[in-house]
Amino acid sequence: MTESAITGVDPDESSGRAHQAEAASFGGVLMKVAGYAAMVAVLLLVAAPLFWIVITSIKERPDIYTQPAQWWPSPPTADGYKAATTDIEFWSYFKNSLIITTILSIAKIVLGVLSAYALSLLRFPGRTIIFVIVIAALMVPNQITVISNYALVSQLGWRNTYQGIIIPLAGVAFGTFLMRNQFLSVPGEIIEAARLDGAGPMKLLWRVVLPMSWPTLIAFSIITVVNEWNEYLWPFLMSDDARTGTLPVGLTQLQNNDGITNWGPVMAATVLAMLPVLIVFLALQRHMIKGLTAGAVKG
Amino acid sequence: MASVYFDGATRRHKGNARPSVDSVTLDIEDGEFLVLVGPSGCGKSTTLRMLAGLEPVDDGTIYIDGHDQRGVRPRDRDVAMVFQSYALYPNMSAEENMAFALRNAGMGKAEAHQRVLEAAKILELEPLLGRKPGQLSGGQRQRVAMGRAIVRQPKVFCMDEPLSNLDAKLRVSTRAQIAALQRRLGVTTVYVTHDQVEAMTMGHRVAVLNAGVLQQVDTPEALYDRPVNTFVAGFIGSPAINLVEAPVRDGQADLLGAPVPLQQRADAERVILGVRPESWTVGAQGVPVRVELVESLGAEAFVYGRPEGDPDGPRLTVRLEKKLRPEVGDVLTIAPVPAEVHVFDAESGQRLA
Repeated sequence: MTESAITGVDPDESSGRAHQAEAASFGGVLMKVAGYAAMVAVLLLVAAPLFWIVITSIKERPDIYTQPAQWWPSPPTADGYKAATTDIEFWSYFKNSLIITTILSIAKIVLGVLSAYALSLLRFPGRTIIFVIVIAALMVPNQITVISNYALVSQLGWRNTYQGIIIPLAGVAFGTFLMRNQFLSVPGEIIEAARLDGAGPMKLLWRVVLPMSWPTLIAFSIITVVNEWNEYLWPFLMSDDARTGTLPVGLTQLQNNDGITNWGPVMAATVLAMLPVLIVFLALQRHMIKGLTAGAVKG
Repeated sequence: MASVYFDGATRRHKGNARPSVDSVTLDIEDGEFLVLVGPSGCGKSTTLRMLAGLEPVDDGTIYIDGHDQRGVRPRDRDVAMVFQSYALYPNMSAEENMAFALRNAGMGKAEAHQRVLEAAKILELEPLLGRKPGQLSGGQRQRVAMGRAIVRQPKVFCMDEPLSNLDAKLRVSTRAQIAALQRRLGVTTVYVTHDQVEAMTMGHRVAVLNAGVLQQVDTPEALYDRPVNTFVAGFIGSPAINLVEAPVRDGQADLLGAPVPLQQRADAERVILGVRPESWTVGAQGVPVRVELVESLGAEAFVYGRPEGDPDGPRLTVRLEKKLRPEVGDVLTIAPVPAEVHVFDAESGQRLA
């Protein structure tokens, strides 16, 4: 069979050319300039505070408060970093953050995927009701449940323990919601094909549905990791010191060390706290590419 | 390999007053190629999905190889399906797609590979086995979907409009290949299509469905030569048969002035006459028709026109041989070949045998 000879013109190619022609005729240069201006505005909005944090972390103490503001430290110093890692038990907080974030993220992703799978692709009575309850849980702000959770967890004697921090945070309405909608968008015929091919529920999830959902799963994972890493209120209430406190809690300790806030070390610690998530993000975002479902159905 | 028997199989969808598939009873022999055909929404895909176990059977039952399939899961029916969209797994290569069912059934890697190679050879897929579906053309994907079905060596093939995403030329060649493949493998096949050319050319027998009701099951020739009602007559054949209501006088039906002798039911007041486009003769006697449109296909031409002096009259289609080429506006005098006229009841539309 000679498909290529018969197909002739590639439809994607011709439509791509049409798009370009349309863009060129539509405002042309003006649109381009406006686009770049918008990008620069957003960049400034996002990058300026970050930039300020980074340069403050390498400034000498008096320079931090000078008016007008210094936009470049002179000379740069590592004193802030030294203070940040010695004034508090920085590495202890860091270790706690690492442990808690890892366990919590894994728990949330596993629970999110499994519950979403059950709620989207398995048929059982009461499925819709359960989904509604899960969504309802999403609507309740964390802060509202804090007091009752605190009472419960401290009664169990779980203050200053990992499980005291992790278990109350492990619920996943958001992940269930996100992954369920992703799973529902997988073409039904592929799932039927897998059922006819004798794939059991776990194999269907693992070999067919999840591989088609990587971009969403990775987005969900990044969001979860970042959220857990930055989680402040609950770990702060649960931990008194560096035994179980996470980095954000450590930052608070650092801020309150002397009567007056020493911003240099605080900013330095902030930069150090930011780095791991930044690395995770950079590592994972490459995989958030689209087009994984290309070629699944239709021509 | 197996026979398939639909025993009054019915499917009701919620919110619909009428069943989508209305007590279909259908006997499909071992190794037979049966085509289910009908207009869109007639329930043909639902019927197929009921056989595959993807759709519940609300009333009646389906037997595969003599076994009642009530409560049998799709994976346990040993039925392979080719979907209209192909439904290939995008994350797996062509080989993995084809081997998936075999591996799920617990077959060893080497044996599965061997089976895939055999199927790939039949379908000329060998050089493409390592590619993902996204790197394959429409026709190649279609063949991988076929391959995924045949490696399993199932009891029954279910094919749901597998050619409708291909371009016209490829469709014709693939049509012949599928029919040849089915003969070679001898696997009972149920093939759903809305394309009556596919239906007529591929199947041993054709089942015509309309509004969930089975109209007629027969060989393609019998379906064409002896349609049981006006629906089947109108659905099979392209261009469509001419269906004209005619009054009956003195045992003869009056086809727009041309007399058609009736063998039976000469007492009816009115009948519907069905005349295929090729069942007309052009001559001196008969119905004068003013030509409105001429479709010349090279070897033959189809002429469309209305009875002269009757602009509201029925539009008639006439097939002409190469040598005769009327112009638009010409008047042709045509008469039906009496032996080839189909006679239907005016009320029920059923054939008067």
